[in-house]
Amino acid sequence: MQKIIERAKELLSKGEVARVLGWKKGDLAYNPEPAFFNCTDELTSFTYNGFCGANLSKYMIEASKLDGKTLVFLKPCDTYSFNQLIKEHRVDREKAYIIGVSCSGNYSVEKINKAGIKGIESIEIDGENLKVQTIYGQKTMAAKDALMERCTVCKGKEHKIFDELIEINTAYQNEDVTSRFDMVEKLEAMTSEERFIFWQNELSKCIRCNACRNACPACSCRKCVFDSNNFDSAQKANVDSFEEKMFHIIRAFHVAGRCTDCGECSRVCPQGIPLHLLNRKFIKDINEFYGEFQAGEDAQSKGPLTSFTLEDVEPSIVGERK
Amino acid sequence: MQIDNKEFKPNIVAFCCNWCSYAGADLAGTSRLSYPADVKIIKVPCSCRVNPMFILRAFEKGADGVILCGCHPGDCHYSTGNYYTRRRMTLLFSMLNYLGIENGRTRVEWVSAAEGVKFSTVMNEFVEKIHSLGENVRLGDLRCKR
Ligand code: SF4
Ligand code: SF4
Ligand code: SF4
Repeated sequence: MQKIIERAKELLSKGEVARVLGWKKGDLAYNPEPAFFNCTDELTSFTYNGFCGANLSKYMIEASKLDGKTLVFLKPCDTYSFNQLIKEHRVDREKAYIIGVSCSGNYSVEKINKAGIKGIESIEIDGENLKVQTIYGQKTMAAKDALMERCTVCKGKEHKIFDELIEINTAYQNEDVTSRFDMVEKLEAMTSEERFIFWQNELSKCIRCNACRNACPACSCRKCVFDSNNFDSAQKANVDSFEEKMFHIIRAFHVAGRCTDCGECSRVCPQGIPLHLLNRKFIKDINEFYGEFQAGEDAQSKGPLTSFTLEDVEPSIVGERK
Repeated sequence: MQIDNKEFKPNIVAFCCNWCSYAGADLAGTSRLSYPADVKIIKVPCSCRVNPMFILRAFEKGADGVILCGCHPGDCHYSTGNYYTRRRMTLLFSMLNYLGIENGRTRVEWVSAAEGVKFSTVMNEFVEKIHSLGENVRLGDLRCKR
């Protein structure tokens, strides 16, 4: 981490960048937050650890409107989102100086809590384990079991766009990557009735806090349909099960073909709704119907919903498949 | 309260493109071909005008089935509109199915201005399908149904 801070200081003091976008220490050991640093003194609160899950790409939309360059730190998966935002003309490549930082996975405090570890004071990675200091004493758990869902299906540790890379000595690397469509397939194999119950259960937990939308780099419309007064469920809790579905189908559809599967939506949901299962259904269908496509892989290719071929499948395929 | 299927009068919304399908419906009418009165036609400039939200909204407001008709691929008045529709609706229908909504409640059909017979057959078939599926409860808003 010292390497990162040193480099940020250097670029700031040389005037090559006007500000730094990174993560700063939060109130607790596990909640660093996205932050702008405007001078070298402020960088003392800079941090980079296994809880810096926040994808900073989206903040570059605002930063692109400011004078001067912004130094932004991106993890491998964050660079997909940045590429996608370039493609959509939402960020200005010229206004960004991207330092790709290596990543050994992010941890989910919910998973740590679920393992019975509460009252956390500090967390340290020790080989393959997490050493957690709590108010009840020291606890350990396997780092692998505390990984965020998205990191267990990581797309790879390669940065898709950057100006320079900073290697950080990453103590632990999860090699055990599973297929990200496993759970989608499981759901597809259920009966329609079972799927309905599954989603009813999940979506009824939604409190319509809009966190998923606000954190999502693909949800970057200046005016969002969910803020419109013509949309019945604008800015309030759902009154019935239809509104839950409406919100989630529409949101997932709005990012279909653009969602990079960065996992921010599921990470920020206070209700623990597996939103990635909706996005990945679209991704899986797109791959199957229109050929493999990974949003954010590059900044030029046409998205699957803004292109077509003459031989595309007919919508009736949905009924024929099952 | 049990709803008797024989008494069930479905509400069916048909989005029809101005250039082909709406004219097809017209032709069905002038040729005195019949299709059930349960079908309410909404004219749209192109099948591509239909935002997935329109379909959900129709269900919310009490539709039991929604069908979207447009020009045959290749015949779009705006050249390529229906190709986008095709991708969009394929993904939407697949998502609805994934959420546990019955498959037959949505349908896309390409009907040209000359296909009055096809229009009437498709509508008859679709209404029958919705009859067999019964009332839409999974995608409805209770407030809109009273
Ligand atoms: S998905 Fe991969 S790159 Fe992204 S935070 Fe997780 S481990 Fe890091
Ligand atoms: S973050 Fe979760 S609870 Fe909040 S609106 Fe999204 S799905 Fe609902
Ligand atoms: S929908 Fe979720 S996974 Fe997809 S881009 Fe948005 S935040 Fe990332």
